[in-house]
This record gives sequence, structure tokens and C-alpha cells, in this order.
Amino acid sequence: MARERLVNVEPTQILLIAMLAKFIFVLMLLLNAAPLMAWAERRICSWMQNRTGPNRVGPFGLLQSVADAVKFIFKEDLIPAHVRKWYYLVAPGICVVPAFLTFAVVPFGPVIDVNGQHISLQLTEMNVGFVYILSISSLAVYGIIIASWASNNKYSMLGGLRSTAQMISYELAMGMSLIAIILLYNTVNLQEIATSQGGPLHFGNFVIPFLPNWGIFYQPLACVIFTVAAFAETNRLPFDLPEGEAEIVAGYHLEYGGMKWSLFFMAEYAHMLTASGLFATFFLGGWHAPGAGALLQHLHLAENIFPWALVAIQVLTFTLKVILFMLFFIVIRFTLPRFRYDQLMKLGWKILVPLALANVIITAAVIAAKTY
Amino acid sequence: MLIKKEQGFLQRFYLVEVAIGTWITMKNWFFGKNITIQYPEERRTYSNRYRGQHFIKAVNGVENCTACMLCPTVCPADCIHIEAGEREDKEKYPVKFEIDILRCCFCGFCEEACPKDAIKLSNIYEMADYERRVYDKDFLLIQRSKK
Repeated sequence: MARERLVNVEPTQILLIAMLAKFIFVLMLLLNAAPLMAWAERRICSWMQNRTGPNRVGPFGLLQSVADAVKFIFKEDLIPAHVRKWYYLVAPGICVVPAFLTFAVVPFGPVIDVNGQHISLQLTEMNVGFVYILSISSLAVYGIIIASWASNNKYSMLGGLRSTAQMISYELAMGMSLIAIILLYNTVNLQEIATSQGGPLHFGNFVIPFLPNWGIFYQPLACVIFTVAAFAETNRLPFDLPEGEAEIVAGYHLEYGGMKWSLFFMAEYAHMLTASGLFATFFLGGWHAPGAGALLQHLHLAENIFPWALVAIQVLTFTLKVILFMLFFIVIRFTLPRFRYDQLMKLGWKILVPLALANVIITAAVIAAKTY
Repeated sequence: MLIKKEQGFLQRFYLVEVAIGTWITMKNWFFGKNITIQYPEERRTYSNRYRGQHFIKAVNGVENCTACMLCPTVCPADCIHIEAGEREDKEKYPVKFEIDILRCCFCGFCEEACPKDAIKLSNIYEMADYERRVYDKDFLLIQRSKK
């Protein structure tokens, strides 16, 4: 019955419904990332330090974030007298928007076919997805700079300066590590990159059947560089110099409180989510679930249910990959101490950038050698 | 003396060290045993000799104290205030027995000085309050049952 009715739906209506559904999925993912990650971070950190962590509010303390949100909303919305008011108020928003925007091009599922309409399971089917990511994620630094400068506070400004220098240095390494990936897959469309990572691992005609065809096996160096750069881009430990609690109190969000502060918090987690999504897309095969197709075929599902079950599993797989990389963020945060500023700059300019350059040149040479 | 350790290639490479450090934190995450307790539900057991809140011992509803003034004399914090009086049977007794618990340093000298075993220190350590109170005689007599 439902299928019969679906046939009569106009193609534009299908696109509209698909757009709305994708929008809601991505928005829920991004909005729920912050409270869930805040909870997970506190619980996991405490387990690592042989403590229990917040376990009072709700089951396993899951509602702790809700309690925190209520607290933030009802907190006095204080604007210090010495700040540049307009920039001070607008900075958290500028910080959050690019963080949310970047996820628009991350494919969380394959291209599906609904009544002859091809719907790519990513928010925006953009052919220049790669360029879009790099340009938008660079915008995030503006929020931090404006916040730090408008706060009119020496510690905030130090945090802002550090953040600028750090983000610009690591942007370069990140972009160049991704150029190797672009050369490898011969496209800048993220959906195509994810699609071409299906099947077993093969180098030319040499096939390794038990390993998936993921970017991490082709570009391990780019993977490492991207991971390090992603940590620096998201201002996470060991690269959280802009915050540096011990040295510059809290850096750029020192003068913020209540909901304005929690917007910075949300932006950080949204950045982490986007970085995880990009990592999954470029290096962990995106939405590909190795073995899922064969497994489902084994179950002898009906002809019309099979593709939908596969898509559901693939979306779940993508989410799982993202979650795993988010957990990796947390584990690293509570393992490594903070870098010193000169160490950070040295790592960025003297190690990561040359390595990424070498990686690009070698990848290009190998691809050129194979082509001609 | 500052000893500078030479770092090997693997240490300077850092990624291997990161992996080892991650392994240690992961080990604590999955196999670590909590060293904290869930306080109001679980409690640590303290020694019987723990010096907590004071109480006055009473026999058949009559306090042991004879207002001999040894405890206010020995008290280094000067927090015990006693006003002596006389009962019908000519026995000396404390009309007022007050302990300013905010001044008390819980040294237990009053307990040691007391010849009648009247003032004692219990195991109670939860003395947080909403007001700055001075424990009076009635309060101190009740506290014995809470020990």
C-alpha cells in the first residue's frame, strides 16, 4: 500500500522529503554530539583515572548534560563592562556556524535510488566538497580571533594569537595530506571518494581479500598527518594551546559564561565530529561496511527490503566509525600532555609540512608512473 | 643534579610512545579498579580512636560531669565553657556546658583530662551545618546515642 502511494509522489516532492530527512539526520547528529560527548568525555576520563565520574543524574549519569544545559540557560547572561559588546556577542555564533557547515558535504550513506531519483546521502552534493571543507574550516578561526580580541583581556588575546598561528600552520599540513588522497581517487567529490573505497584491498592486480579497500592502507602517512592536523584544528589536547588552562586561564573563552560559553563548547564538539566524519570518509572507507552485503544476502531478505537494510547498516557503520574516532580523541586527550608552543610550531612546520609535501610528490610520481 | 637522559630514535619519533601511553590509559579504562567510593551510600570505616564530634556520657540520665574544670583548663583552643552549679544532694554539676565547635581543634585533650569519663569524642565526622553553632549541654548529651 505504502509503496503504491510512493509511486504517485512527484519527483520534486521526493527530493524535498529526502532533503528534509537528511537535514534532520545531520542536525540531530551535530546537536546531540555536544551533550553526549561531554558526558562520554567525563565518564571515560574518570574511568581512566580510576574514578566513577558523573553517575547521579539519570541512568549512568546520561542526563548530566541536560542538567548542565538547564544550568547554562538559566545562568545570568553577564556581559563584562570592558568588552567590545557587538563583537563579543557575535563571536560565539561565528565560531559555531562554520563548525556546523563543514559537515554538509560529508557523505553518511551511499547514493540511493527512490523511484528513479538518485539521492546522495550527504547534505549537499557538491562537486568541490574538498575545497569547500578546507575553506569553511579555515573560517572557524575567525570566531576565536573575534572572541579573544573583543574580550579585551590579555589572556584571551594570547589564546587568540596562539589559535591563529596554530590553525594556519596545521591547515597547510592538513590540506596537503588530503591532496594525496585527491590524487589517489582522482576526484574532489566526497561521495565519489567514499564510493571508490568499496571491495577488497588491491594494489593493481594484487588483491588482498580479507582487508577492505580503505584509504588508510594506501596512504598511511597522509592518515597520520591528517590525524595530527585534525587534533590541532579542533584545538584538542595535546594541541589545546589556545585554551591552556594552566598558562592562560581558558584562553579565548575566558570572558564568556552561560550559553555563550557553551556555544564555544558545541563548536569544539562539532569540529571534532566533522574531523571524525572526514577521517572516516577519506581513510576508513566512509559508509562502506565490509561484509555487510554478503551477510545480508546470507539472510535471504526480500528483494525490496534488501537495499534498504544495506543502506541502514551502512549509515550505522558510518556513525560507528565516527564514534570510534571521537573516542580516539578522548583517549588521546587523557593520555598526552600539552605541547609547548615552540614544539607545536616545530612539529607543524619542520615535520608535518615537509612530510606531507613528500607524500604528495611520491603519490603523484607513483600515479604518473602507473598512468604512462 | 640535573640528569639529561638521551632519547632514542623511538622516543624522538614519538608516535610509538603515544601508542604505549594510549595502551596504558586504555588498560586503566577497561581493567582499572575504582579507588573512589560513592560517599553517602558507601562509607569508609574509621579507627575507633578517631577524634570526631564530642558527647557527654550519662549514667541513668545524669551526666557524669562534675564540673571539675579540667577540660576547659587543658583545652588549647579555649573552646569549652562550663558554669558549675549545685544539685539538691550537694553534688557539683555543670549548669552550662558549651563547646564552640568552630574553635575546637579535635586534639582530644579534654577526653584525656576528664577524671569521670564524661566528655568523649565520637566517630561522627559530618559536622557541616547551616549556622555557626555552639554545642550546648542538651545537644552533647543526645549525641551519645548517635555514636
